[in-house]
Amino acid sequence: MLNYSIKRVLLLVPIFLAVSVVIFMIIHLVPGDPIDNLIQIGSSPEQKAALVARYGLDQPLLVQYGVWLGKLSGGDLGDAMILRRPVSELIGENLPHSLRLGGLAFLFSTIVGIATGALAAVFKDRWIDRAVMALILLGSTLPSFWLGLLMILLFAVQLEWFPVSGARTWTALVLPVLTIGLHGVALVARVTRAAMLDIGRRDFVLMLHAKGLSHRRIQLQHVLRHALLPVVTILSLRIGWIVGGAVTIEFVFARPGLGSLLITSLAQRDYPVVQGCLLMLAVAVMLGTLLGDLVQASMDPRVREHLR
Amino acid sequence: MSRRKQSALWRVVGTWRGGLSLAVLLAIALAAIFAPWVAPYPYDIQNLSATNRAPSIAHWLGTDEFGRDVLSRIIYGARTSLTVALTAIFGSVTLGMCLGAAAGYFGGLFDRIVTAIVDLTWSFPEVLIALIFVAILGAGLYSTMIAISIAYLAQFARLTRAQIMAIKSETYVEAAANLGSGHFHILFRHLLPNAITPVIVAGMLATGDAIILEATLGFFGLGVQPPKPSWGAMMSSGSAQIFLAPWTILGPGLAIAIAVVSLNLFGDALIDALDIRNRVRDI
Repeated sequence: MLNYSIKRVLLLVPIFLAVSVVIFMIIHLVPGDPIDNLIQIGSSPEQKAALVARYGLDQPLLVQYGVWLGKLSGGDLGDAMILRRPVSELIGENLPHSLRLGGLAFLFSTIVGIATGALAAVFKDRWIDRAVMALILLGSTLPSFWLGLLMILLFAVQLEWFPVSGARTWTALVLPVLTIGLHGVALVARVTRAAMLDIGRRDFVLMLHAKGLSHRRIQLQHVLRHALLPVVTILSLRIGWIVGGAVTIEFVFARPGLGSLLITSLAQRDYPVVQGCLLMLAVAVMLGTLLGDLVQASMDPRVREHLR
Repeated sequence: MSRRKQSALWRVVGTWRGGLSLAVLLAIALAAIFAPWVAPYPYDIQNLSATNRAPSIAHWLGTDEFGRDVLSRIIYGARTSLTVALTAIFGSVTLGMCLGAAAGYFGGLFDRIVTAIVDLTWSFPEVLIALIFVAILGAGLYSTMIAISIAYLAQFARLTRAQIMAIKSETYVEAAANLGSGHFHILFRHLLPNAITPVIVAGMLATGDAIILEATLGFFGLGVQPPKPSWGAMMSSGSAQIFLAPWTILGPGLAIAIAVVSLNLFGDALIDALDIRNRVRDI
């Protein structure tokens, strides 16, 4: 296990380098000269040259990447062009909001997803199962931002139970968590249900029935426990999806967070902030996947064999 | 198309899920193609004396902040949304299939490189991949298409590779090789025809996701630029006046929901009819 963990962590280095190259290239691949966004109209060529030199844009690309990476390791992500503040400061302010939202949504979808999936499997082909299957279809097909807007309309505008937007109180978290959570619940419930039905056909379950245990007890005590392995697999594979969902939902609910910051800076072409946000989100996905892989490897020795 | 697949298609149309969803999809496609005749108003005619009107007989789904008819804009918006989603997925399936097939068939270093890239993008949410490429390419119609294509590439490469790996050591492939067929011939005449069905069905299911992703980018204001209507962009301007005119977000959202649910039901019915559930399910 220790061997696997070390190898898995070392694997992060090439992945991080690959991702950082793509994100570094953003500023050089965008249409137009990046410096054109910075200089005022009517500046002289000398002023432009001074700016180019200041941002190091006259250096070879590889040198620029090296300098960028070097600064990055010191936590320096450059300065925002429009907000005129260090990008690392902006990210530091927004990151906790994203983590809180993503973490709660993950927790919510895991618990509620396993519970509803198990319920559907126990009452297979009864009305509870049908209702859960309909919920799964809706949860995995409706666009999440539309769901968010509907929640705002119903619970914030009509019923006035929760605030429409912002992040000043804890109650402001309820609607965003529910919106992201519904997608996760649909995914987890589908996998739980399918796994439980699959395990339910195994011989040892037949044996338990023969022993005279009640159907419900067999399902909840024996089948569910064996069905949890595929659920953990899917959760660990899709841990990054929580970050992805949060990007959209933060924007819908006008919450502070990396997602909102990324989208507003994209619209304003504030590329240092865009790079910083994408880098942070990518790192979050990579660390999440790492965590998922480690959990999976600790449960299933076959996974450890895979990375040899 | 083989006779078995043809009869499967008829069986799908026969079930209520398959028949109903196909009818809805055809209706949406026809409405989009014949938009100038179907839509009650042009999409860009403003009527500043009738802004933000609630649904009525004259405007079935109400009017937006410039007094434009919401229903007409949804019908024209279907053109944008469907074109973007279909083009993007077509490109994604084609390229992904070539990469996956070549990787699975030839193996070796090329396979390792493709697998590494696929595994890397696989762990990233599609929205994030699309946003990275929109950041590089800038907002707009074509960059949205390219960004969505890239976002789903890994899925099809992975799926095709798995299919090819499963059948490449079958006896008929070996026989073809022993008879002197070239790699190209074996790939395109023997392997791909037997691997293509699950990939096409997965592409159909992904088209629904692509419609949502296009709408999401449009909602962020990074997709098709105004005054051209798209479902996502309509909701983006509608969300600014959610208190005043909620129907401006209800209509386009409902259109997306109906299109995506139909695509999923049809794809699902097709999976059942072809009996390929364990081949498509590639979580």
